[in-house]
Amino acid sequence: MTKIRKLLDVLTAPMLAITFSLIVTALILAAFGANIFEVFSKMYDYGTSTRSLTLITNTATTYYLSAVAVAIGFKMNIFNIGVNGQYRLAAMTAGAVAGWISMPGPLAAVVAILVAMFIGALWAGVAAWLKVARGISEVISTIMLNFIAIGIISYVIVQTNIGTEVKVNVRGTPKIQEGARLAGYALIDPKVKIYGFFFIAIAVGIIYWVVLNRTRFGYDLRASGLSPSAATASGVNSKRMTIYAMLASGAIAGLVGLPDLLGKEFSYTLNFPANYGFTGIAIALLGRNNPIGIAFGALLWAFLDVSSQILDLEGVPREIVTIMQGVIVLSVVVAYELVRRNRVKTQQQNVGKALAGAHANVSTSSEGSK
Amino acid sequence: MSETLNAVELVDICKRFPGVVANSNVNLKVRKGSAHAIVGENGAGKSTLMKILYGMQKADEGKILVDGKALVFESPSDAINVGVGMVHQHFMLADNLTVLENIILGSELKKGVKLDFAGAAKQVTDIAKRYRLELPLNEYVSELGVGDRQRIEILKVLYRGANILILDEPTAVLVPHEVDELFRALGDLKSEGITIIFISHKLDEVLEIADEITVMRAGTTVGSVNPKIQNVTAQDLAEMMVGSELPTPATTESTVTNNAVLVVNDLAVHTESGKAIVDHVSFKIHAGEIVGIAGVEGNGQSELLDALLGIVKSSGTVQFLEHNISNWPTRKRREHGIAYIPEDRQRQALLLEAPLWENRMLGHQTLPPNSKGFWLTPASAKSDTQRIVNEYDVRTPNIDVFASALSGGNQQKLIVGREMSGNPKLLIAAHPTRGVDVGAQAAIWDHLRAARAAGLAVLLISADLDELIGLSDSLKVILRGKFVADADPTTVTPQILGNAMTGAGAAA
Repeated sequence: MTKIRKLLDVLTAPMLAITFSLIVTALILAAFGANIFEVFSKMYDYGTSTRSLTLITNTATTYYLSAVAVAIGFKMNIFNIGVNGQYRLAAMTAGAVAGWISMPGPLAAVVAILVAMFIGALWAGVAAWLKVARGISEVISTIMLNFIAIGIISYVIVQTNIGTEVKVNVRGTPKIQEGARLAGYALIDPKVKIYGFFFIAIAVGIIYWVVLNRTRFGYDLRASGLSPSAATASGVNSKRMTIYAMLASGAIAGLVGLPDLLGKEFSYTLNFPANYGFTGIAIALLGRNNPIGIAFGALLWAFLDVSSQILDLEGVPREIVTIMQGVIVLSVVVAYELVRRNRVKTQQQNVGKALAGAHANVSTSSEGSK
Repeated sequence: MSETLNAVELVDICKRFPGVVANSNVNLKVRKGSAHAIVGENGAGKSTLMKILYGMQKADEGKILVDGKALVFESPSDAINVGVGMVHQHFMLADNLTVLENIILGSELKKGVKLDFAGAAKQVTDIAKRYRLELPLNEYVSELGVGDRQRIEILKVLYRGANILILDEPTAVLVPHEVDELFRALGDLKSEGITIIFISHKLDEVLEIADEITVMRAGTTVGSVNPKIQNVTAQDLAEMMVGSELPTPATTESTVTNNAVLVVNDLAVHTESGKAIVDHVSFKIHAGEIVGIAGVEGNGQSELLDALLGIVKSSGTVQFLEHNISNWPTRKRREHGIAYIPEDRQRQALLLEAPLWENRMLGHQTLPPNSKGFWLTPASAKSDTQRIVNEYDVRTPNIDVFASALSGGNQQKLIVGREMSGNPKLLIAAHPTRGVDVGAQAAIWDHLRAARAAGLAVLLISADLDELIGLSDSLKVILRGKFVADADPTTVTPQILGNAMTGAGAAA
């Protein structure tokens, strides 16, 4: 009974937001004169083919990592907008290292992952240091660091001999050897593989949950986010916590480019996908920083991205999906706030209930409900 | 005819939450221009009733009459429109705005598209003058003490045109001379025709200020008395409230030992501009001793506590048991047995939007039963939370509700229970019974006395001078960051102490 209510509590806000955004999208489609139901059913049909499902899983893997990176920061009110810069710098370095070193395959993959996490953390660490030592807002510094990262990447790939010509007129890091790739497994569709990194993303989600909810570090992190003053009084060193959280966020951000790098591209080129960081922010909001919520958010986002490919063929601008995604994020933020207020209010009423029956045996009833 | 004399009349108000009744057959008549007190235990339904009157909740049955007219409030703005304003127990002020900005926030005076600060300042000054509520309008709220903040809240409500003022535990945060000032201000308000309804736990004060007192118990009004005509004592009221006698904070016999637990030498805390807020104080607390610090709020008490906890930087030395802890971080101090009941529980002692059992961990997250090494141990933390809930009579349906769902008194009981857990050696407590009801207050005092007998050293700060004098083994008076006098709790009276606190006279 209470479990069902809890689940309803969690689902109400996203469901409201998605329904609302469907209505908005339908209205826009209608304004364009498109057949709403046909468009939606085409998207559904295309999006549920085995090929699409595989692509969705792969895209969602990347989105998931990006959103977890952002969520770690959100948990203590730090806004890491620098995931873009962190993952691109990390993916380039990891690509270069994995392409140059000669090691037994799997070991090279492990090295690539560690290098990526280290570089991501390092780049986020710059913003953390600026915040703690100089009081510079991480919002500003991470945005600036994004631009600096882009500059560094272009320089390294174009001007140094770390970059080579991988394809005609495309410069990038040297191709990663066969054994170091995590190309994945053809589980759903015979022709397209699910990234090996899919499983790593699941592990990241589990670790994220465990660290957050079952360790002292996670408790300190959440306490700092809920009430910085109470956290300080409880003995949390807020500066140190800011640095740890930023480093952790950056380390996960470092992984964001790896599903594509080790699963499909095998080389970091100047055409490497560039904007996973911002998608991560949207999905972290949608998933309420919760590892399972983020997973659903990432899948939904990826589904919309992939299934929108069919729209051009239908004569409907594909950008309609971007509008839909935007509306989802905006309305989910509003919906969560409404649900949160409602929750606080209901709880107060429930306590009022227990107090009104002041002589009812409060303590035993609560033991029962546990 | 007599109806029109009532500023507020509540007739047979009922409020049900699913399955249970929070208010039933509540009847209340508040005469125009009177001060009407509502007293009752935590959970007696006072807050629900006030929320109904203030439009935050809607009654299921019954009528609300304001100035003789039956009204239905859908929201607090409906209430303020007919002149009903509320001053909350927890101030709702923006620290980084000035006093004037806070007062006009939400109902700004406009000149075209610009804010008319000059006009607003004039209006506010007029109101402040009329009711003798002078305030530094251009000062930032963060710079002001509790008494000033409360005056801002009152002024805020008056600025919105309230002529019926609801005050939720207005004296809970004030020291005697501030209370006197508040009561004088309330007297002025009354003489200007403003009706005052206030909720309080402090029965002596209620008797002093109120023209009429209504007692609530278990969701309903059990009676009204008129202290100006009838001869009622605090004991009478307490019995009406809980059917028991009023507890006293007095400790029986000295348990002071020779073992110094805390030795503070030349401790000073400075502001960024170099002003000493805590001005080179030295003192000792022994095992089994309660040292009380009396002072008007804002004379360095908060900073002294924060310095002892290592939350703010300080100079001087602090010796705790055999350790010199002067350079220890907060966590290490707490791990070694310093318990802390802070002044502002919502800011420093609670995670409002976290369940009670996670709040049980706060400040003790590195120790059993909350964690083992790197890992949290939620199961044992939960069962220990349940123990605290039972032992300290925290009124809550279960331990999974957010701390924000509890009333202030119950939050405080949880905090006291938490801080008394795990055998602390030293308790640093500010206002340990602030906002809790008579019964719970007695229970907290009992717990403190028992811990003291078992060798706990306590540094106590309290605005309740009876509590301070009753519990303490020795007293120090703090004024502008300095200890200006010592007092013997066996002979000193609240009046003498109050004078010493304001620098008016030396204590005994």
